[in-house]
Amino acid sequence: MLRFGISEYRVLSTNFMLSVHLILFLAFGTVAVAGAINLLAQTHPINSALSLIAVMAALAGEYLLLGAEFVAAVQVIVYAGAIMVLFVFTIMLLNAGVEERTKGSRVAVLIGIPGMLLGSILVACVVLQHSGTEAVAVGALPGSPKTIGPLLFHEFLLPFEITSILILIAIMGAVVLASKPPTSPAGSLARKGN
Amino acid sequence: MVPLSYYLVLSGILFACGVTGFLIKRNIITIFMSIELMLNGVNLSFVAFAAHWHAIGGELHGLVPLSGQIFVFFVMVVAAAEAAVGLAIIIAVYRTRETLNVDQVNLLKL
Repeated sequence: MLRFGISEYRVLSTNFMLSVHLILFLAFGTVAVAGAINLLAQTHPINSALSLIAVMAALAGEYLLLGAEFVAAVQVIVYAGAIMVLFVFTIMLLNAGVEERTKGSRVAVLIGIPGMLLGSILVACVVLQHSGTEAVAVGALPGSPKTIGPLLFHEFLLPFEITSILILIAIMGAVVLASKPPTSPAGSLARKGN
Repeated sequence: MVPLSYYLVLSGILFACGVTGFLIKRNIITIFMSIELMLNGVNLSFVAFAAHWHAIGGELHGLVPLSGQIFVFFVMVVAAAEAAVGLAIIIAVYRTRETLNVDQVNLLKL
């Protein structure tokens, strides 16, 4: 009797966990998809940047649901923080306004849209024919810094060091590209000629 | 727990939004943000597959199930490097052409 009660309780609690998990997944997913669509719909780049930040924050929530705590923290700090600040700074620096629309080529409309429809119908047919695979449950994942750290600094030490070289090259490249070109007389003459 | 396929569908939707933005947008900065959106979609599928792999307890070629999360860090590093260099290129392009419209940036040399 008691045993039955416990197992029943466990089933109930599992169902409850599933529903809360599913509700959170759907909430974060809705925010992410709405932000992505808003990124497409907005014409001013600063609005697109803000909706992209919303997408990244929602994705951090999804990572937390998957148990990847450290990835979620890095997502907020690096992606939504550092990279998006870089974007917003560039938008403000260049004083980017509302984008101008240009007429697309007629060939793209006449051939591209029917071709895309045909391709998507083919893909849908293939997917629907092979849809017998069943869904697999995703368990909680140990993604705390304590488990990530040894992995990053033991198994993946060489790729880690190589990425640091990549970052160094990127810093130097960004400085060289963004610095003002020296105003040589030959260069200014050539520009005047154009 | 939420099935793996849900995460993959969400990841696919985000990636498709990124591809669409890359194709239809005309502002070079927005195109760049669409690329970031694609990278985020891929990251989500990386983490979801890592969780799935951990759930089924698999191990392959000496890689542990948490490798997917490590790959996400490398994707983030590459995205940061790409954003730094790409935005510097955008600034250089704007300095010479004074436009951010990709339709007007159609010559390599001025």
